Amino acid sequence: MNFTLKIWRQKNQNDTGKFETYEVRSISPDASFLEMLDVLNNQLVMEDREPVAFDHDCREGICGSCGMMINGRAHGKGRKQATCDVRMRSFTDGQTITVEPWRANPFPVIKDLIVDRTAFDRIMQAGGFISVRTGGVPDANSTPVRKENAEEAMDAAACIGCGACVAACPNSSAMLFVAAKVSQFALLPQGQPERKERVQKMVAQMDKEGFGNCSNNYACEAECPKGISVTHIARLNREFLLAKLT
Amino acid sequence: MTLDSKIPDGPIEKKWSNHRFNMKLVNPSNRRKYSIIVVGTGLAGASAAASLAELGYNVISLCYHESPRRAHSIAAQGGINAPKNYANDGDSIYRLFYDTLKGGDYRAREANVYRLAEVSGSIIDQCVAQGVPFARDYAGYLDMRSFGGAQVSRTFYSRGQTGQQLLLGAYSALSRQIGAGTVKFFDRREMMELVVVDGMARGIICRNLRTGVIESYVADAVVLATGGYANTFYLSTMAKASNATAIWRAYKKGALFANPCFTQIHPTCIPVSGDYQSKLTLMSESLRNDGRIWVPKKSGDSRAPSQIPENERDYYLERLYPSFGNLVPRDVASRRAKEICDKGLGIGKTKMAVYLDFADAIKRNGKHWIEEKYGNLFDMYHEITAEDPYADPMRIYPAVHYMMGGLWVDYNLMSTIPGLFVIGEANFSDHGANRLGASALMQGLADGYFILPYTMSDYLAKTKFSSLAINHSEFEKANKSVAERVEKLLAINGKQPVNEIHKKLGKVMWDFVGMGRNEKGLKKALKLIPEIREEFWNDAKVVGDSDNISIELEKAGRIADFLELAELLAFDALHRKESCGGHFREECQTPEGEALRNDKKFAYAAAWEFTGDGKKPKLNKEPLTFEYVKPSERSYK
Repeated sequence: MNFTLKIWRQKNQNDTGKFETYEVRSISPDASFLEMLDVLNNQLVMEDREPVAFDHDCREGICGSCGMMINGRAHGKGRKQATCDVRMRSFTDGQTITVEPWRANPFPVIKDLIVDRTAFDRIMQAGGFISVRTGGVPDANSTPVRKENAEEAMDAAACIGCGACVAACPNSSAMLFVAAKVSQFALLPQGQPERKERVQKMVAQMDKEGFGNCSNNYACEAECPKGISVTHIARLNREFLLAKLT
Repeated sequence: MTLDSKIPDGPIEKKWSNHRFNMKLVNPSNRRKYSIIVVGTGLAGASAAASLAELGYNVISLCYHESPRRAHSIAAQGGINAPKNYANDGDSIYRLFYDTLKGGDYRAREANVYRLAEVSGSIIDQCVAQGVPFARDYAGYLDMRSFGGAQVSRTFYSRGQTGQQLLLGAYSALSRQIGAGTVKFFDRREMMELVVVDGMARGIICRNLRTGVIESYVADAVVLATGGYANTFYLSTMAKASNATAIWRAYKKGALFANPCFTQIHPTCIPVSGDYQSKLTLMSESLRNDGRIWVPKKSGDSRAPSQIPENERDYYLERLYPSFGNLVPRDVASRRAKEICDKGLGIGKTKMAVYLDFADAIKRNGKHWIEEKYGNLFDMYHEITAEDPYADPMRIYPAVHYMMGGLWVDYNLMSTIPGLFVIGEANFSDHGANRLGASALMQGLADGYFILPYTMSDYLAKTKFSSLAINHSEFEKANKSVAERVEKLLAINGKQPVNEIHKKLGKVMWDFVGMGRNEKGLKKALKLIPEIREEFWNDAKVVGDSDNISIELEKAGRIADFLELAELLAFDALHRKESCGGHFREECQTPEGEALRNDKKFAYAAAWEFTGDGKKPKLNKEPLTFEYVKPSERSYK
């Protein structure tokens, strides 16, 4: 398959950046989107031009490193896919594909398709944990957890922290990311003692980082590679209100 | 060099508790006077950094990713072992110890393996307390499943994302300490050199991958939790950035490298489909709980799998190993798949694959049951191959997955350089010649949460430290050598992208140092590897700047080290004229095609010592003695 690629190139955070157009030929339909970019990069290196920088690592949809807007959609148009899961067979031969980094103020572009997502880490550092020390904990089976709760906590915990929810949201809201963690711990008995502090601290840090608010657009759920549901945002709102009121 | 493994005296079940009492402690108010560098933030690194910081030490944590949560531990799918015996099926610490030692084909230290089994139960307790959502039954208690090489259900799991959930648990513990200011975390830093002062590891040199600045970090001790080197083979199940640079630099600074040839080749991966391919994807071993492996009895049978009647199929693992069946250990399952395909019985376009079939399980328990257990793996398979594994069997083939070898460490997890500790996959300690499934997560967290915090305190309490600053001559020298190396890479100005050279290395490694090894092939590899290395230093093309993110420069530095490590790996494989676990020398096999160990000659860990570039490494042997489990032929029949 052959493709025309319009890719965002930006030397560093201070550079203004621009689109450049490239052609790639004879791409296997079974190749992944990132493998197609590997082919492009080999080509660029051979022409003595700097290859396109993008974050990636596990290439099996779990590390959350990769993330780009493909034809205006976070991780492309497929459902429940990270960028590395996208296969070239999902495009048509000869298609022009536009590739951009995540666009959100709290995620500054630092080179080409790489953005700085450390804001997510700072939200986690503010309260995304249970304050348990190593050692001195009870036997794992001492507290049963309702299967439904464990399953729902796992649905939320599946978040890979890629940032697609923020990139897809017209308000650059990180509510789905924060909700996933708040929800996971709120559903488990181990998360109860710090339930109120956790949600307030995480939300405060989220606001401080400059993420916007949720306006029920639901683009986050649609683009989430793990299909995390917006019902977790509803729980986040309930948890936050409850913490403020009681 | 004499290797002192520092195994404590006493009966095996008392060794660790006696040792814990005998080790020195650092008074809580003195702990803040010490600083410790932890490189890597996977299960081992994140759990160690968090636990050491909780104790009150100043911890510097670094990783080459943008966030600690990206470490490759995240990709582990199946589960984590612990002998809780919640299933009431006869499990015990001793049984897990026995299974792990036997699974490693008697090439691991008894005392280490016993300790691993002993502390593993606490890991599950710890993770549950952290809010890790393990799978549960309808009564709300933890659910378990079986993994290869075991006849009990001791594997705890979170769907097919156990590594992710355990890593996020360790990451949350680490995040809490970063937030509290007890851990200073540095992202996008690649360790390029170890700094040794007066014979002690006292710091590291990193390249800031974002700015290109070469930075020095000083501390009282250094912990490497930098993972394995399976990417030496180019195609593996490893993440793309996983590399050997940190351990290789430490090796060249005097740390011994043990059993580099012990390579785990995982039997259930999606087969290679084309030249463009950048990595291989694992399908969790847990699938072998319910999937049956088979090939058609007749070579060249081109019928669709569903059209091949039961009596024309060869369920070869069930036939050869009636008691373990599809749940034989990884090395055995991989070797048998290769043998079947080499005989021309393989399936699919390339004939280098076998079927993993769920039809029986779907018939027995329904599609929904399979979905709940393995849904994400089935989705992943479907995305990659565009085939529906609910309708047709999966096609699988072995791929390089894990390295049992690594830097040599004593019972305290310290390398031969005082003050340099090595934990997780980066060390060689617990898996012998073959790692059982669901044991990597166990080892990483055991080292980080429950072993290193004790042994580190003992080292700090017993050692006198001179105060050092980053302008010390050793730091300046190391810093300069890293800068020169970067310049040298950028100056090669050849014609080949570094990736292409890495592919060439990978092909040689897979063909001659892969699943089946023999003297002729290994000698050929030892001739070819230096040639490829020459080619790299003369003909690689590294495009980019040294003062910015430069993806080609990052890759080039890592590949340069793989090209050296590959030679040591092949050299070790050539020297070990026996078959054991994942190291299969075709000259050494039983008439039934099982690995034939030579305990008289090779019951030792081979710890290689760097003697200079272009010189042969020196072999040091740590004899392995077995007081509790007598080595026997590893039978899974």
